[in-house]
Amino acid sequence: MQRRHVVQYGAAGVGAVALMLGVGWWRADGPGAPKPAGQRPLPLSAMDFRLTDHEGNEVGPETLIGRPTMVFFGFTYCPDVCPTTLSDISGWLEDLGDEAAQMNVVFITVDPERDTVEAMAEYVGYFHPAIRGWTGPANQVARAAEGFRASYERVPTKGGDYTMNHTASVFLFDAKGELVTMIDYHEPREFAVPKIRRALTEDVEGAT
Amino acid sequence: MTKLSYINGLPLVLLLSGMSSPAFAGSEDVVVENAWSRASIGVNRPGAVYMTVRNTGEYAVTLTGLATPLAMMPEIHESKTNSNGVSSMAPAGEITIEPGQSVALEPGGLHAMLMMLQNLMIEGETFPLTLTFSDGGEVAVEVPILGIAARGPES
Ligand SMILES: [Cu+2]
Repeated sequence: MQRRHVVQYGAAGVGAVALMLGVGWWRADGPGAPKPAGQRPLPLSAMDFRLTDHEGNEVGPETLIGRPTMVFFGFTYCPDVCPTTLSDISGWLEDLGDEAAQMNVVFITVDPERDTVEAMAEYVGYFHPAIRGWTGPANQVARAAEGFRASYERVPTKGGDYTMNHTASVFLFDAKGELVTMIDYHEPREFAVPKIRRALTEDVEGAT
Repeated sequence: MTKLSYINGLPLVLLLSGMSSPAFAGSEDVVVENAWSRASIGVNRPGAVYMTVRNTGEYAVTLTGLATPLAMMPEIHESKTNSNGVSSMAPAGEITIEPGQSVALEPGGLHAMLMMLQNLMIEGETFPLTLTFSDGGEVAVEVPILGIAARGPES
């Protein structure tokens, strides 16, 4: 009997270890793997995805080439980080004034299941008018995130709901679609606005 | 009958008045400042409330929970952004505030997350929020609802 118990515990233990290894794989190498730090977004010209903007227009990375671009990932059911970032972006755009009109500013949802075109239209309507909201099929959102080297993950919450972990950096590209720099979440405005000005005036040949 | 129930009610009244007298170890010295929240779009999205919780007393206090008629599941959360720039949000658990110290609930960090909204959060209105502490005390605040794009209590 003793021995039998030991065997049973042993089997349970192996199962638990296998499960943990499975979880470990998912986090380390699988779809839950964090993007290695320092992995830079592709140039917009090397990206490939098809989404719909909040006015129903078909859009993709090529839509952004020709003007400097600011891109941010988030979701409209986000109570804290996303409205804060969109408010920050709105403030930067106000500071830029007329220059803001020369830019593409795009908010791409990582939660297309809830963020329909209509939901995006209502949401972006509360922020600076230059901000466009993009959504689309889950696989196209995934391809967009892949191009920007952004990551996101659905996380269940109490009460059967869910929230999304996601890259909160703002990406800045020049008019040719080359990455100029990124603005980290909560970067003070006195650093953010000059970075945007750089994207607006970047010598394209010098872009890295 | 009436008289009897009146007498029975007395100890309860005494008990209740005892609870609201300053018999707590700290929470009566908690002051909440600059509370604000953003208007909601519908009731399916969670809301967030920000404020500064100041302990003006001589004892440490521990914030253990929240209550509001506005939401069925109010909870203190913390947003964090890791070295890869990925933001996530999780329940913050209990928060202890040392004497003379304060804790800031502010965008991108700690926030009172209002899940399962029972009503719309309408710009210009206010709602009551109660903070509960480990000593049994409660602090009630009336939270103003600002615009969806608000950045702080002054904006
Ligand atoms: Cu939260």
